[in-house]
Amino acid sequence: MTVQSNAPLNAPNNNETDSHEIVNTAPAPRTPLREFWHYFSSNKGAVAGLVFIVLIFLMAIFANVVAPHSPSDQMRDALLLPPAWLEGGKWTYFLGTDDVGRDIFSRLIYGARLSLSVGAFAVTISLILGILFGLVAGYCKGVVDVIIMRIVDIMLAMPSLLLAIAVVAILGPSIFNAALAISLVSLPNYVRLTRAATMSEMSRDYVTSSRVLGASPLRLMFICILPNCLAPLIVQATMGFSSAILDMAALGFLGLGAQPPTPEWGSMLADALQFVQRAWWVVTFPGLMILITVLAFNLMGDGLRDALDPKLKQ
Amino acid sequence: MFQFIFRRLSLVIPTFIGITLLTFTLIHMIPGDPIEVMAGEHGVSAERHAELAAQLGLDQPLYVQYFDYVNGILHGDLGNSLVTHEPVMKEFLTLFPATVELSICAAIFAILIGLPAGIFAAVKRGTIFDHSVMTFSLTGYSMPIFWWALLLMLVFSVTLGWTPVSGRIDVVYWIDNTTGFMLIDSWLSGEKGAFSSAVSHLILPSIVLGTIPMAVIARMTRSSMLEVLNEDYIRTARAKGIAPWRVIVIHALRNALIPVITVIGLQVGTLLSGAILTETVFAWPGIGKWLIESISRRDYPVVQGGILIVATIIIIVNLLVDIAYGVVNPRIRHSR
Amino acid sequence: MSLLQLENLSVTFGNFRAVDNISYKVEEGEVLGIVGESGSGKSVSSLAIMGLIDFPGNVTADKLTFEGQDLQTMPEKQRRKLTGSDIAMIFQDPMTSLNPCFTVGYQIIEALKTHQGGSKKELKTRAIELLTQVGIPAPESRLDNYPHQLSGGMSQRVMIAMAIACNPRLLVADEPTTALDVTIQAQIIDLLIELQREKQMGLVLITHDLALVAEVAHRVIVMYAGQIVESGPASEVFRSPKHPYTQALLASLPESAAGKARLEALPGVVPGQYDRPQGCLLSPRCPYATDHCRQVEPDNQGPIERQVKCHTPLNSEGRPAA
Repeated sequence: MTVQSNAPLNAPNNNETDSHEIVNTAPAPRTPLREFWHYFSSNKGAVAGLVFIVLIFLMAIFANVVAPHSPSDQMRDALLLPPAWLEGGKWTYFLGTDDVGRDIFSRLIYGARLSLSVGAFAVTISLILGILFGLVAGYCKGVVDVIIMRIVDIMLAMPSLLLAIAVVAILGPSIFNAALAISLVSLPNYVRLTRAATMSEMSRDYVTSSRVLGASPLRLMFICILPNCLAPLIVQATMGFSSAILDMAALGFLGLGAQPPTPEWGSMLADALQFVQRAWWVVTFPGLMILITVLAFNLMGDGLRDALDPKLKQ
Repeated sequence: MFQFIFRRLSLVIPTFIGITLLTFTLIHMIPGDPIEVMAGEHGVSAERHAELAAQLGLDQPLYVQYFDYVNGILHGDLGNSLVTHEPVMKEFLTLFPATVELSICAAIFAILIGLPAGIFAAVKRGTIFDHSVMTFSLTGYSMPIFWWALLLMLVFSVTLGWTPVSGRIDVVYWIDNTTGFMLIDSWLSGEKGAFSSAVSHLILPSIVLGTIPMAVIARMTRSSMLEVLNEDYIRTARAKGIAPWRVIVIHALRNALIPVITVIGLQVGTLLSGAILTETVFAWPGIGKWLIESISRRDYPVVQGGILIVATIIIIVNLLVDIAYGVVNPRIRHSR
Repeated sequence: MSLLQLENLSVTFGNFRAVDNISYKVEEGEVLGIVGESGSGKSVSSLAIMGLIDFPGNVTADKLTFEGQDLQTMPEKQRRKLTGSDIAMIFQDPMTSLNPCFTVGYQIIEALKTHQGGSKKELKTRAIELLTQVGIPAPESRLDNYPHQLSGGMSQRVMIAMAIACNPRLLVADEPTTALDVTIQAQIIDLLIELQREKQMGLVLITHDLALVAEVAHRVIVMYAGQIVESGPASEVFRSPKHPYTQALLASLPESAAGKARLEALPGVVPGQYDRPQGCLLSPRCPYATDHCRQVEPDNQGPIERQVKCHTPLNSEGRPAA
């Protein structure tokens, strides 16, 4: 491109070619997905969390292949065996055995299956119901909104663990009831998030314009509004996974979740309480497993939040 | 300001009514016949059944039962325990100070560590200190505290022998229950070593219970400080030639604290539910342990009353936090 | 001795040069106008003078002196004594520049107390005096107001009161009227100029309002992409601009479009971090650019009091000289 040295100021063709050249030198824009991955992968903690989550999911799915022993087999000749690297430990019982001779490593692997299923169950149920109630509250406003939000407020006034305990106390202790209680207590967060996002999207012009075009309320809610509220919901669901695992373990520990022979991380801890002084490993590894898994989900949630929505960045 | 408080108060009443409805329904949602369930495997005779039904008012229509229930609550009557036959309110009042004492110590621990850690992390953003604060706080936030309790107990009580394993005070001391707060009572008793024994019993449970709130406070303080430090008025303050510490402590912190106070208030719920776990592990005779035990004993009036009281406490604390928020934030105070 | 003197001041953020080797002087009682588009480094250079550039920003200069004192080598504490008392600054957006948690009185008194001290009563009297000086009615009652209770114009008056609290020798005003209503703008500028004449302060007026600079400034600096492209006495620069960029800026004023259908506009935008051209930074947008311009960066030409950074400065007819 050549520009005459004394061309008049701002000739129209000049304008076009000039700005074109400037754009060319700027870096090419990325697709949303690549941009998301760029931000997400720059957060080392989030990537570490993701890797661990993938690993533990694989471990849970292929538990019967990965685990060296059955979680319920009681090895009478190997009671309270220490981990392999300690004096008296055996490599076949990598992390030692518990008081009735069950392999801790295998129980942890099967425990992952349980914890992750409960997490997935709770997140799915509360996500679906939360989105439904949140959309309805945000869309309908008025009395419906007030009633839903009052109930949400009441639920939020109670600590989630206490509410879960109350629910389990009524329904009786079992894994399923505990999972149900956990989905119920995490509901308010999803309702509030969806409602807030819906209300802010409702005031946007694109919603008004599709309403003018005659879109039905259902179409408005699920096709127009919902996709625009997804980012905070995805983050909340990731965090919800971690709190579901944590609450499940707490209920198990209190004897209100999984019942004894089931290899659940929290109830494994509760069983091991009396051996704290003699065999530290029966207590240490299940707890460590809970901590690392919960941490991995929280790390990933943080990374997702930063990558998905700069506005949510804290 | 008064208008502001009244408005908040009026919002609390429907929530409270909702909670009474919830706890009231709780006992009616027990699958099957509540009295049979309460009685457990032994079963009950027909007379005893009728007697219990009358005692619990279960023979009345539902709405009458509810009004009786609310009427009782308003008079401080939450029914009697099925096991000890003591009034629920009385049992609660004897045990509550232990939980309050533990929660306050945990909160102090959480604020004393979490707040400065968050402030420094924000001021020294991007440094190793910042990264370690963030790592520790996220770990603390993910902590299964019942395990954390066991771990600390294993290290400090069992292996090192620095702190006692459980309870509120060593069994050799007999402390009169004056205030219900062991720290104060043991101090008042004047017995040698009683106070330090009470303190040493409090250390581990407080750390355990304070861990999650500490992590939450540190993270919130950091992000809130970071946001405030970028504000124009911080630049104005610095352009006045004020010392850097004054810019941070007076100008930034005052603004940054507004969201942090809300978060601290919300931790009351975390503390009370954490207390259930912490008290169970450390055999701490508070309301958390009481609730769990009554669940396993199927002592429903206690469960019902306990949940009602805890929820009420949380509502009241949240109300106080809202009001405190108005005091710190002039913009809220002046909006009508 | 000049009030403020800087030579080859640069501010970098990582690889990005926000301010690129700028030099200028401000004399006592002089109004210096700095003009340029958004992103041309006007505000950053003034923050550098105040010592308010934080990590990761980095300030370097061959010379940066205030009344002969070297601001660069001076201990932090001593420099803080100057900032806020002898050198003061007011900012673009008064609504966000006042701390929402403190009353107006507290924030003014804080400035006074930091540098001058005095009893509570004295400070309060002085604060009321200052508010009167900046034309705030009923100043006693305003002291207890919070910033959110003030309008934008009122807030900017408070900012000015705070800035002149310690009788500064130099006042830096960074786009003081941009965020305000048009009717208020003139009032605030009048107030600033009146205070400047009364106190014989040096005033650095940063703005993109050319008409304003033409009216009140003694000297003017035109900045483009972090560099000074032209400087000189305001009347001369505006009567016969020597740099094509200045010419284009003037042509974009509504006044110069009298009788024409459209306003003139300069095509393109200020180059950012990634699209910095070789040679003269204006070359992609300059209607007179030659291949020489696109390859070699021009030096400053002309006497110190009337400089232009162009290979082919414009003559009095507004055409390139060579």
